[in-house]
Amino acid sequence: MIENRPGLNALAHLALIAGVVIVALPVWIAFVASTHTATDFSSGTVPMWPGPHLVENYSRMLDAGVSTSGTPPVGRMMLNSLIMALLIACGKIAISILSAFAIVYFRFPLRGLAFWCIFVTLMLPVEVRIVPTFQVVAGLGLLNSYAGLSVPLIASATATFLFRQVFLTMPDELVEAARIDGAGPMKFFRDILLPLSRTNMAALFVILFIYGWNQYLWPLLITTDAQYYTIVAGIKRMADAVDGLPQWHLVMATAVLAMLPPVAVVIGMQKLFVKGLVETEK
Amino acid sequence: MKRTIFRNQLLPWLLLAPQLAITFIFFLWPAGQAIRQSFLREDAFGIKSSFVGLANFRGLLDSAEYLNSLKVTAVFAVSVTVMSMGVALLLAVAVDRMLKSARVYTTLLVWPYAVAPAVAGILWWFIFNPTVGVMPYVLEVVGYDWNHISSKTDAMILVVIASAWKQISYNFLFFVAGLQAIPASMREAAAIDGAGPVRRFFDITFPLLSPTTFFLLVVNIVYAMFETFAVIDATTEGGPAQATNIMVYKVYFDGFIGQNIGSSAAQSVILMLIVITLTVIQFRYVEKRVEY
Repeated sequence: MIENRPGLNALAHLALIAGVVIVALPVWIAFVASTHTATDFSSGTVPMWPGPHLVENYSRMLDAGVSTSGTPPVGRMMLNSLIMALLIACGKIAISILSAFAIVYFRFPLRGLAFWCIFVTLMLPVEVRIVPTFQVVAGLGLLNSYAGLSVPLIASATATFLFRQVFLTMPDELVEAARIDGAGPMKFFRDILLPLSRTNMAALFVILFIYGWNQYLWPLLITTDAQYYTIVAGIKRMADAVDGLPQWHLVMATAVLAMLPPVAVVIGMQKLFVKGLVETEK
Repeated sequence: MKRTIFRNQLLPWLLLAPQLAITFIFFLWPAGQAIRQSFLREDAFGIKSSFVGLANFRGLLDSAEYLNSLKVTAVFAVSVTVMSMGVALLLAVAVDRMLKSARVYTTLLVWPYAVAPAVAGILWWFIFNPTVGVMPYVLEVVGYDWNHISSKTDAMILVVIASAWKQISYNFLFFVAGLQAIPASMREAAAIDGAGPVRRFFDITFPLLSPTTFFLLVVNIVYAMFETFAVIDATTEGGPAQATNIMVYKVYFDGFIGQNIGSSAAQSVILMLIVITLTVIQFRYVEKRVEY
């Protein structure tokens, strides 16, 4: 702050409060809707204050779901989402840190080509190569499986670049010392590189967990068996099914449950989250 | 470049193997298939396909539907980018004035990053729902009859708001970081010279923020073009009358629902060219920023 202008400060507070309200409004409305019964909406006006049916609606969704929509209980879908998000986050970190190690600490023929291959994945999001990728996964028999949900998504140029950057800033003396002491490459990787990149891994994990949990198009395509539905993809199926008979309170309860884990991660680990976000964009 | 390295020749390939295998099987091979299929046309039964050269591409450029999709994508991407960046910049400048409360405001503003685009779509769809939503009720008081199921404009506004809402937090964080990187001495000097807050913003802060702004511009266009599939699918499904049928949604729709593989593949190829262009722009810029 350069100078004290009370009027401008008040204006800034006002703008921020308005921003916070706008940002929170949709979630508040969803939460309120999820605590009412279906009949509360039929009068035409949506209630603006929570009703008494919170526990009832949520426990119903977690245990049973809406049977007419063909979706499994929300608890099951959340478990699937959790498995998918963890597999994607851990898988991406594992294969990226290994490739970054190979690229930074070794010299071998075609090293440039390997690096280039990884870089290209940045330019090929699922959305643009959707039909052929689906055909490949179907051909491998991976439809309706956890492997199909996660493996095609775990190649990561951003994570590889991040670890490459981290390794490049580590002092050369570390390798020299390790080699003088007779440590081989894998021992050096395990005992020196891994511990030193722990915070980077944690920050990356936060971003990748959110990325994995929020996947939509991919799970929608490759899961036809309700047992493998994830919550983010399942919520649309549920909203479609209830379109005829408005069960908005149940759809909104599902929406709240779908955003709870990733939002909790962002708020609980804000420092790591910001670090991860800034680092992956370098 | 490291001075000291390990000399093994086989080990690096083993380390790279998982990444390269996944890249090849799920990225490069399908991309190659898309390029191949874009030059082929399948017969009505999907049994035989024949080489048709650039016919699929020519067909796209002749189709009013595809040209409409291009236009819709442009309008959508620009609106989302301007809206989310505008709001984020305003909030970032406001937070930059705060000393004690900056942290609290930041926490309260960043969490929508974690909300899935599909969920964001569902939330706004509910708010704007013509029968039970809050907004149509409010708008009716002002005399506006909201209906995104029949009105093209309303549908576009809905998907723009839902997509921009989710992106505000991301832009906000980067704008705050950008603002903090501007030396306070510059603004102090301008203040001593008698420049007011508005003048200082436009003559000093905004120009010095341009690296961040440019970076966010590219990121937001990429977001609006490729990551909003879920918002569209969860709300309007490209309708009404193609009004929100953005390019990534059309690829999916023509490929999976319309089963027109050749045309969908040609659209994929066009999209790849766009992503490649955007990525190159982004990386050239990032390189410059390192020198900066």
